[in-house]
Amino acid sequence: MEELAAVEEQQIKARLAEILAQCEPDRSQLIPILQKVQESFGYLPKLVMSEIGSYLGMTDVQIYGVASFYNHFRYIPLGKHPVQMCMGTACHMVGGELVLEALERELEVEVGGITADKQFSLDRVACIGCCGLAPVMVIADKIFPKMTSTKVDEVLVNLKLEEAEAAKEEGEDKRL
Amino acid sequence: MMTFDEIKQNAVAEWESLEQDGIPVIRIGAATSDRAAGALEVIAEFEQELARLKVEAKIVPTGSVGYCNYEPLVIISKPDYPRICYNNVTPDVVLRLVEGYLKEDDPCMELALGTLEGGDDDTPPHIPELPRSEHEFRLLLRNCGFIDPENINHYIALSGYSALTKALEMNPTEIVEEIKQSGLRGRGGAGFPFGRKLEACLKSVDTPKYVICNADEGDPGAFMDRIVLESDPHAVLEGMIICAFVLKSSQGYIYTRMEYPLAVQRLKTAIEQAKQFGLLGDNILGTGFNFDIEVFQAAGAFICGESSALMYSIEGKRGFPRVRPPQSIVSGFRQKPTQLNNVKSFAYIPVIIERGSEFFANIGSDGSKGTAVFALAGKVKNVGLVEVPMGTTLRTIVDDIGGGVADGKIFKGVQIGGPSGGCLPESFLDTPIDFDSLLEAGAMMGSGGMIIMDDDNCMVDAARFFLDFTVQESCGKCVPCRLGTTQMLSILEDIVGGKGKSEDIEQLGALGEDIIAGSLCGLGKSAPNPVLTTIRYFKAEYEAHIQDKRCPALVCRDLITYYIIPEKCYRGCEHCIVVCPTEAIVEHPQRYKVVDQEKCVKCGNCLEVCPPEYDAVVKISPISEVPPGEIPSGEAPADKDE
Repeated sequence: MEELAAVEEQQIKARLAEILAQCEPDRSQLIPILQKVQESFGYLPKLVMSEIGSYLGMTDVQIYGVASFYNHFRYIPLGKHPVQMCMGTACHMVGGELVLEALERELEVEVGGITADKQFSLDRVACIGCCGLAPVMVIADKIFPKMTSTKVDEVLVNLKLEEAEAAKEEGEDKRL
Repeated sequence: MMTFDEIKQNAVAEWESLEQDGIPVIRIGAATSDRAAGALEVIAEFEQELARLKVEAKIVPTGSVGYCNYEPLVIISKPDYPRICYNNVTPDVVLRLVEGYLKEDDPCMELALGTLEGGDDDTPPHIPELPRSEHEFRLLLRNCGFIDPENINHYIALSGYSALTKALEMNPTEIVEEIKQSGLRGRGGAGFPFGRKLEACLKSVDTPKYVICNADEGDPGAFMDRIVLESDPHAVLEGMIICAFVLKSSQGYIYTRMEYPLAVQRLKTAIEQAKQFGLLGDNILGTGFNFDIEVFQAAGAFICGESSALMYSIEGKRGFPRVRPPQSIVSGFRQKPTQLNNVKSFAYIPVIIERGSEFFANIGSDGSKGTAVFALAGKVKNVGLVEVPMGTTLRTIVDDIGGGVADGKIFKGVQIGGPSGGCLPESFLDTPIDFDSLLEAGAMMGSGGMIIMDDDNCMVDAARFFLDFTVQESCGKCVPCRLGTTQMLSILEDIVGGKGKSEDIEQLGALGEDIIAGSLCGLGKSAPNPVLTTIRYFKAEYEAHIQDKRCPALVCRDLITYYIIPEKCYRGCEHCIVVCPTEAIVEHPQRYKVVDQEKCVKCGNCLEVCPPEYDAVVKISPISEVPPGEIPSGEAPADKDE
């Protein structure tokens, strides 16, 4: 689990309090609460388990027991660019696995992990339902259709270039 | 509050003015699959070009027609012209359409897929006369791609919510009888008669009762429910409201996948609009009947497509299926009677009530009435949604509608019903599609995913893929499912890894049968199907893997190797060297390239980039058949004379 600075902990607790205030203290709200927490932070920080637990009258282990049953919840933060590779049937049939391996190689990170510089996290998803465009990769909200392992490098380079460009423009804006 | 007649009048007026006020209408498919293909860029480009050239036209974002390989799909209606459908539209094409067709009068037929009307002249294809259209029957998909799913008036104008007004004047047993007469069977996979379920739920004495729509479309490779939710959400709502009216239920849920954000958004919009019009919420159409629907976003567990697990999930618990009886219709969500059905099942209800059970029962085959909707994917030309009358043969779907196997390859098998279904070979293509025939053949209707495989697909690998999925998704409650599937998977991994033993096939069969017998829910009971059917129909492939350490389809990585044919290698080209991630390709002194098998990670990059005119990189299996390579020692020569 992650190490958090005291200031981060405070921020998380404050945001969590806002989320809890919108939800009834009823067990049926557990999954929606967890989803809202994850939407806010990109993952479920360890310290929210006990807070949610005391709100719903459950132990933190019970909370974790439910959360860990569902694939959607994660316990480490997302990268700045969350990369997801579709591993549905159609994508598998046309070499999705090769693309996933290329991603692991290029990003130097294993599936489920995050790069050392926190820029990229890599996950596999069951099926995003764009089978006509297989194999499909998703970075944040952008879908990259008909991927091949040789295109991976190109996509990542373009992403980094765009980012450098944006950073440069931002720098210029500040100077103005 | 307006009466329904007034609501309908307004809706029809809006719909008619859309087409008949002399201003061209541009319908652009904007469901998830269209967006992935670039539909939002196309919409933005239309807006910009229309403004720049000062051309007046109305843009209507719609759902998806289901022709996924033609997306983004644009349908333009211009006065005095038939509606013309343009496929694979890019921003460049937009410019030509606005300038050429909307501003001037050249319909740019060379860019079109075809027209929706006319069809008597020679040039453009007429879509209703295309080979695929002859076999299709768009009942559930009738509105998909033609209406704006975020505008309730479009749905109402095309007789939406008329079934509800009719139902509100019937008594519940009449409605149940109508649905029973129609012969509708649940479209979630098992095919249980809808009317009988509703009748049993109606007879349950306990209250309150709940209506739940199962939109947890978890089968990898299936996307029918998503397209229906994104393209025609009101049809699903209307079906649910009618069932709720029968049961006097006041609360419903739609349990949908978290991977479907657009479907969630469109459902929420639809619910809001239905409430504004008094079709949902308190005192529906002044009858005193109250019913509300909440959208519940799932958290990504395949098992929650099982009905009892799904209900636990909404209750905030782990999704473990439970022993039945009691059935959900007696004690389901919160231990109360619950009517749970699939998206498509609910969406058929308005059709049955409005047009009558006879109309529905006249479509389809003896035991399976109505239409079947499949998501056709894999190695077929026309990928997308297909709706056909039940009883249509697999061959019609694959060849006539799907356009046959893509890229001149040979059909090998079709996987129906996802990880729970079975894989059928060529000899079964004349099987009619209905619940019973498919089950007899070893496959199942499932939720409707249909994946076509060609000779480039390894059946052992496909079986391993599906089993890997079920192993990950097994909830762990039943030992045969939890440990049995894991054991089967490890045997399959041995086989594809070149460590298969001759007794493995028998062992897989025995394990499979035990898992089916010893599991509680549909996941375990069907998990061995892909393995058992591939063994039954493609046994030779298993034997090749086990005995010859050979993968006939050249897929299994441990049994293949990449080889560059020296005679074909164009010696001045270095494409393969550049893309190789491990520097495994070196240059022979005679300048052709050689793969260093020690360093090769079998990523396939070299095969992908080798220019087709040379076509020098091949896959070879078994590995022992690779001619001995001559790997030059040290670095490749550095001189370049170009």
